[in-house]
Amino acid sequence: MAGYVFNFDLMVPMMRARDMIPLTLMEEMEKNPDIMYFGADGFPIGSLGDDLIKKYPDRVIECGIAEADMVGSAAGAALSGKAVICQTFSCFTTMRATDQILLDVAYNEAPVCLICTHGGLTSGGGPTHNAVQDVSVVSAMPNMTVCVAADANQCVLALKDFLANPRPMFIRIPQGEEPLVYSTDDYGYQVGKAVTIADGPAATIIGTGCGTLYAKNAAELLAQEGIQVRVLDMHTIKPLDTEAVVKAAKETGGIITVEDHAASCGLGSYVANVLAENGLGIKFKKLGIPDEFAKLGYAAELHAYYGYDVDGIIRTVKEMI
Amino acid sequence: MSDVDMRVVKELENKAVDIRKMLIDYVQNVGVAHLGGPMSATDMAVALYYHYMNWDPKDYKAKDRDRFILSKGHNADLFYNIFCDMGLFTREEIFSEYNKLHGRFGQHPNRMYLPMFEVSAGSLGHGLSLATGYALGARASGDNYRVFCMTGDGELDEGSNWEALMLAAHRKLGNLVLIVDKNQIMGTGPTEEVMALGNLTDKLTSFGWDVINIKDGNDMLQVCETLENLPEPDCHAKRKPIAIISNTIKGAGVDFMTGTPSWHLGSVDDELGVKAYASIEAFRKYTKE
Repeated sequence: MAGYVFNFDLMVPMMRARDMIPLTLMEEMEKNPDIMYFGADGFPIGSLGDDLIKKYPDRVIECGIAEADMVGSAAGAALSGKAVICQTFSCFTTMRATDQILLDVAYNEAPVCLICTHGGLTSGGGPTHNAVQDVSVVSAMPNMTVCVAADANQCVLALKDFLANPRPMFIRIPQGEEPLVYSTDDYGYQVGKAVTIADGPAATIIGTGCGTLYAKNAAELLAQEGIQVRVLDMHTIKPLDTEAVVKAAKETGGIITVEDHAASCGLGSYVANVLAENGLGIKFKKLGIPDEFAKLGYAAELHAYYGYDVDGIIRTVKEMI
Repeated sequence: MSDVDMRVVKELENKAVDIRKMLIDYVQNVGVAHLGGPMSATDMAVALYYHYMNWDPKDYKAKDRDRFILSKGHNADLFYNIFCDMGLFTREEIFSEYNKLHGRFGQHPNRMYLPMFEVSAGSLGHGLSLATGYALGARASGDNYRVFCMTGDGELDEGSNWEALMLAAHRKLGNLVLIVDKNQIMGTGPTEEVMALGNLTDKLTSFGWDVINIKDGNDMLQVCETLENLPEPDCHAKRKPIAIISNTIKGAGVDFMTGTPSWHLGSVDDELGVKAYASIEAFRKYTKE
């Protein structure tokens, strides 16, 4: 991955994961005839995806509103020798097509990359459109690599990792229009290795997905008050960077996890497993969605309500230290 | 319509008799196995693997091979015996490894342990989507192989099949051949009583498929006549996909197994074994002495 430089002139007006994926595929499909791209009502007329269909009518497959078949047929194409990218809302892919992800992709070891958009509460569509259990469901599947991208660039880096080594993979992005966490891609992104965004002894905030930006911004505000915290971007949930967790537990005053996902069975619980299995009895707090169907509304308001936005993180750090 | 060479029909019927007998020997050695489905699907599977598919057991990963996607994974037993007969492993290997820790032969097939299977299967309603994907992949690569997918009839209750039927028809995947082994009995009872499929021909036709009915899918001549007359594979041809409804009988060939859901899974003692062999012999249509 190192060495790839984004064309920022091209990117600045469109730093949206939803655009960056088809743009990246436009480049990659040109180079590699064995890449296919499947969607479920996913290529609006006039969109970049629509351009891809026009350019590669036999390689870009619109499956209609039928996620189970999208994943199953993507797996079939993958087993026929293709590297297949499959994209739609995470709630529909991971819930409607759980069986196909488990058996057709993971069990059959089909090189399919599921790009799952609108992770967590970012859709604004309410509980029918929220993806609250998606990460836990796919993480429990053997053979799956599970990435939760912090921003559009990182989604592209994860996608390129898949294309370099096609295998069953899940990449979750928020709605796809979030601000960038990183101003460059040259930060040593490596699947399975957490990125240290900030450092300090008071505590460690481990973020994933949009939780990473909140953690980064919270750390900057805390620093202004003289509280220095470590921030880890845990962009890969599986395999989890357990070493980074153990180090954080030993070197800082406590751990707070931040995820836009059910707090009972996501990043927080995987980190808790690491702490327990290593006998590390430290101060620990999981921030995320509680065990309830979320209230209605847009992500910013909901994240604040459930206490895992910037203010919620700052409050939690102060309570902990 | 091309005529079928009766020598081929007889050869394949002889083979079907052998395979049904092997299934009886197999269940007597492994204890309990799926029998009703394997018996109903034997004639079609034999015709495909021994004659009509471009598939070489000595080179079963050949790039241009026809792909056979077994959706009714609980019929793995049938294919274990076919592959055994083709020399890919011995019966002793199957018997010692069947459903055992570190064995390769499960109640349902796993392609990582047995790579002559295209897909690992077992959960119903998966195969047709996978097969559709294979056909899409073949077209994208310009590969002219056929993709066969065998489902049961009970399995068609799963909604994912109907999603796949739509996609395959929408993409006009003429190299895709769905074979419904319509043996009319599912796990707990007759398909039409448990969940009626109604007029399957009309349903598939209305979904945009060319439908061919085999009146008796346990009659090798009728099976051969259908397979002989499939259009030449052409991955770029935008044609309707083909659905073959093979009207079979669950447990076909073994009289005491037919017409009852209780032989979905079963075991055969020595006494029943003798009856089974006699019944399988009597089931011949074109090779009676």
